[in-house]
Amino acid sequence: MNESVITVAMPKGRIFGDACRLLRDAGFDLPATFESTRKLILDLASEPFRFILAKPVDVPTYVEYGAADIGIAGKDVLLESGRDVYEMVDLGISKCHMAVAGLPGHSRNHPFLKIATKYPNIASDFYRRRGEQVDLIALNGSIELAPLVGLADAIVDIVSTGQTLRENGLVEIEKLMDVSSRLIVNPVSYRLKKPVIDGIVEKMIRATEGTKVGMD
Amino acid sequence: MMTQPYMFEKPLGLRDTLPDAQRAIAGLENVFHQELRLWGYDFIQTPALEYAETIGRASAIADRELFKFLDVEGHPVVLRPDMTTPIARVAASSLRKQPLPLRLAYTAALYRSQKKEGGHPSEFKQAGAELIGDATPYADAEIISLMKTILEKSGLESIRLAVGHVGFVNAFFYDIVKDKETVGQLRQLLYNKNDVGFRDYVASLHLPEALAQRLNAFIDSRRLNNEETLKYLETLTAGSAPPVRSYYENIAELVKLLEIDHLDGKFDLDMTLVPHLSYYTGFVFQGFGGGLGFPVASGGRYDDLLAKFNRPCPATGFGIRLDRLMSAIKSGGRNEETRKTAIIYDRENAGRAMQFAMQERERGRSIVVQHVDGIDDAKAFCRQFETIKRFLNKEGTGER
Repeated sequence: MNESVITVAMPKGRIFGDACRLLRDAGFDLPATFESTRKLILDLASEPFRFILAKPVDVPTYVEYGAADIGIAGKDVLLESGRDVYEMVDLGISKCHMAVAGLPGHSRNHPFLKIATKYPNIASDFYRRRGEQVDLIALNGSIELAPLVGLADAIVDIVSTGQTLRENGLVEIEKLMDVSSRLIVNPVSYRLKKPVIDGIVEKMIRATEGTKVGMD
Repeated sequence: MMTQPYMFEKPLGLRDTLPDAQRAIAGLENVFHQELRLWGYDFIQTPALEYAETIGRASAIADRELFKFLDVEGHPVVLRPDMTTPIARVAASSLRKQPLPLRLAYTAALYRSQKKEGGHPSEFKQAGAELIGDATPYADAEIISLMKTILEKSGLESIRLAVGHVGFVNAFFYDIVKDKETVGQLRQLLYNKNDVGFRDYVASLHLPEALAQRLNAFIDSRRLNNEETLKYLETLTAGSAPPVRSYYENIAELVKLLEIDHLDGKFDLDMTLVPHLSYYTGFVFQGFGGGLGFPVASGGRYDDLLAKFNRPCPATGFGIRLDRLMSAIKSGGRNEETRKTAIIYDRENAGRAMQFAMQERERGRSIVVQHVDGIDDAKAFCRQFETIKRFLNKEGTGER
């Protein structure tokens, strides 16, 4: 943890573009090459900010351990990892939702529902709260494949447009929750760099006011 | 599931402390002992094993984090997950006749079964102090100042403290939502540091607009500086019933006391701070510093805990995690003297060597006395010492 620099963990991939746009709206002077570079660490010339580019599921880990002071992470990743970080602002970007999906009219012939997912903790929590016992199968990607080849009865995954589900003949069965990206903060960084981080939080709140719609 | 362990393996989350680390720990423990003695605190020890029904339950550490098993008589026992609860038991039983306030201190290993990940050991040393029998904010101020002083003397840099008040949080929430379960939910969200979830939950309560706004403004109060926070609290509590109003007065008094102790600029009064979901009832605080992403110290007031051991009595205290403090201190802790002298001798010179060693030890030097025939690799052996002194007949043996 460097005392004079704020390190920001950014999620590579799907959310990255949205996150960069929001940071620019908030007044950060990101270089034009920011989105195209393959570097993993980028320092801003104009301000004492350092950006590290991590895999989205790893962003809360970097922030919890203090390797990054703040980060941008999806609510799905935050819930799944259960990391001890401040979730300060709903940035209202990269919106999607978590849902159960499966083949239409599918009926199972075994006692417990088999659920394939990248989010075993979220899925387990969801079914436990309902008092339903299920068998969870953890996968790392292309979850839609599982019901098609008989690995699982249904999946729990994030849905943004629903196109992947449609193209693979799956239907959404039930919505679990809305998902969007959040500004997260390491609890110690917050104390050690409070004025700067409070400033960022306020900027981000202002920048999100345009994009944000209340949760339903 | 468990495969046969390798011979060098330890149970999950446990580790060995090697000489360098052990020296650093001893150095820190010296700092603790000295400082706590200077402040008039008496050290006590309690057993590592306690009954699950007494300490296990009262400590309020989540059940899944407890090391729990059966003793020979079949009673469920736990490895102590904290020291505050055993000390509360001692204060309420063996030290029952002692006049209050009591000032007690400890360093002890604590056990919490944790996740399989770096930085979260299952066994860690903690040093702490408990001030039992004093309900005034002056006791809280003493505990916070003592914690800060020890952190400073340990060599921790850029120390910051965060101070909150769980009693105030509970009363403030109850005043608005009038329901204990809802208060619990709101407090849980603060504990989870989930501001977004807090606001969503407030929205789901369908409170009158003004009340919802009060709750959301409460979250925003984290961003206020101490002076603004006090003003905010004064406005919030103006015209409140005595318990709430007295919380405000205590908080204002504590801020004044901490400023007297030159803590201004180093502590952040933050009403949204809920660092634990356990026995705390009043002030709560955490200590941060150095380069570590985790708090190194924490504590608070627990006025209801001693009643569980049949001696109702207010109390406040803190604990410092030694493992975290070591990582947070840049030099890895103040190292104890590591310079050693080796005396290499042979049979003919044994008497002279022993006598010399004795004299040097009297002067406080660390001396290793080694017979030349017991050394396998002379070069490697000598490298470990700052000075080598030879008591040998044959020149050149045990050479450098």
